[in-house]
Amino acid sequence: MPKEQANWSPYDNNGGTCVAIAGADYCVIAADTRMSTGYSILTRDYSKICKLADKSIMASSGFQADVKALQKVLASRHSIYQHQHNKQMSCPAMAQLLSNTLYYKRFFPYYAFNVLGGLDSEGKGCVFTYDAVGSYERVGYSAQGSGATLITPFLDNQLKSPSPLLLPAKDAVTPLSESEAIDLVKTCFASATERDIYTGDKVEIVILNGDGIRHEYEELRKD
Amino acid sequence: MFRNQYDTDVTTWSPAGRLFQVEYAMEAVKQGSAAIGLRSKTHVVLACVNKANSELSSHQKKIFKVDDHIGVAIAGLTADGRVLSRYMRSECINYGYTYESPLPVGRLVVQLADKAQVCTQRSWKRPYGVGLLVAGLDESGAHLYYNCPSGNYFEYQAFAIGSRSQAAKTYLERKFENFTSSSRDDLIKDALFAIRETLQGEKLTSTVCTVAVVGVGEPFCILDQATVQGLINEFEISGEEGGAAVEETGGESGGAPAVEQEAAPMDI
Repeated sequence: MPKEQANWSPYDNNGGTCVAIAGADYCVIAADTRMSTGYSILTRDYSKICKLADKSIMASSGFQADVKALQKVLASRHSIYQHQHNKQMSCPAMAQLLSNTLYYKRFFPYYAFNVLGGLDSEGKGCVFTYDAVGSYERVGYSAQGSGATLITPFLDNQLKSPSPLLLPAKDAVTPLSESEAIDLVKTCFASATERDIYTGDKVEIVILNGDGIRHEYEELRKD
Repeated sequence: MFRNQYDTDVTTWSPAGRLFQVEYAMEAVKQGSAAIGLRSKTHVVLACVNKANSELSSHQKKIFKVDDHIGVAIAGLTADGRVLSRYMRSECINYGYTYESPLPVGRLVVQLADKAQVCTQRSWKRPYGVGLLVAGLDESGAHLYYNCPSGNYFEYQAFAIGSRSQAAKTYLERKFENFTSSSRDDLIKDALFAIRETLQGEKLTSTVCTVAVVGVGEPFCILDQATVQGLINEFEISGEEGGAAVEETGGESGGAPAVEQEAAPMDI
């Protein structure tokens, strides 16, 4: 007798794509604003980006209810940290906290695919990329979500070191300027929108640098 | 003052219907260094005297930020105060997590008061030896509450606790009617004047006092030393101005060694 299958799942996938690129003194974090379920669109104007601390911005695709819960937990933990240490959390510290928070629910995970961007304590851009249960790595750039498979090969082509033998590894932090990186991100989303049905409407781009935080929006195809 | 027969346990009543342990706890508050609070319609100011044990040590932290809209000043056993501040912070964070809005001040002080009451009715506990001046802002306006070890709490327009607080209270009683419509700066000025009253002739400088403000559009923050010294200089109240009459006729002169300008308090 074949095993009985569940007829209800606690998870849903709201789609969307997130990208982050680290620069010498800036970081670009971007996500599309489409929220969908199945083949339907729930809204064209939903932000997947959350500011966790002065120098840490998180973009998450996946199940947005879990994403919202995760953001709230991290915000509360950050409040406690600020009371105890009298300062904001650094981006690498927040990266570790996010990893631990995700692993805490190893056996009923947050269905969230995260990419954390910000500035490290030296003011250099940093990007951390995660899986749903907290495995993470610091990288020079990353994409997560439904359009990640379309974007990642393109970023590899543009940003990655041509050979692992060529030192220093070029993909550690991109030598691109801030405006070049923003254009690259817009290109990524324009391409992903063409072929991924869950990506589109608008892309929200957040740029974090020594002067502060900036938002930019760019229209995408709505079909 | 010997009430030895009925004061061993907090759970023992005296024949006169008093709990001496609780009253002793309130005595501990009176021994602590002074803390004062005053409020207007839109702002609440907390100020306290920060005396270090010796010139070598740092100053006790007596004002704590609890949330963006709430702060607390303590007098008495500062260790108890620290623990209660941690509780208050935790309550604010949890309320914010659940309701995505700031915890109303009145709710927080009730929870604090209930927590204090528990310690007056358990034989294996002792009352908290700290008085708290809770300053906060919520939808219903600016609030200043006083929580005492007995589990009682009251709302005040202005109040002072700790040693030589009577001098400050007398000053506040004279001035409080104007507070509701005071501007933020006038409120801070009155707070500094009140602190000066408790210093009994000692020079008021920013090394001996701490000031914190919370108000409409202004999250709770502790003013830094330079700002406070600037305000003191501006108001010229470091002791030279003879305007405010010295109320206390107590014989004690400035017995404590004069506070040196150089002894810098530990950064808060």
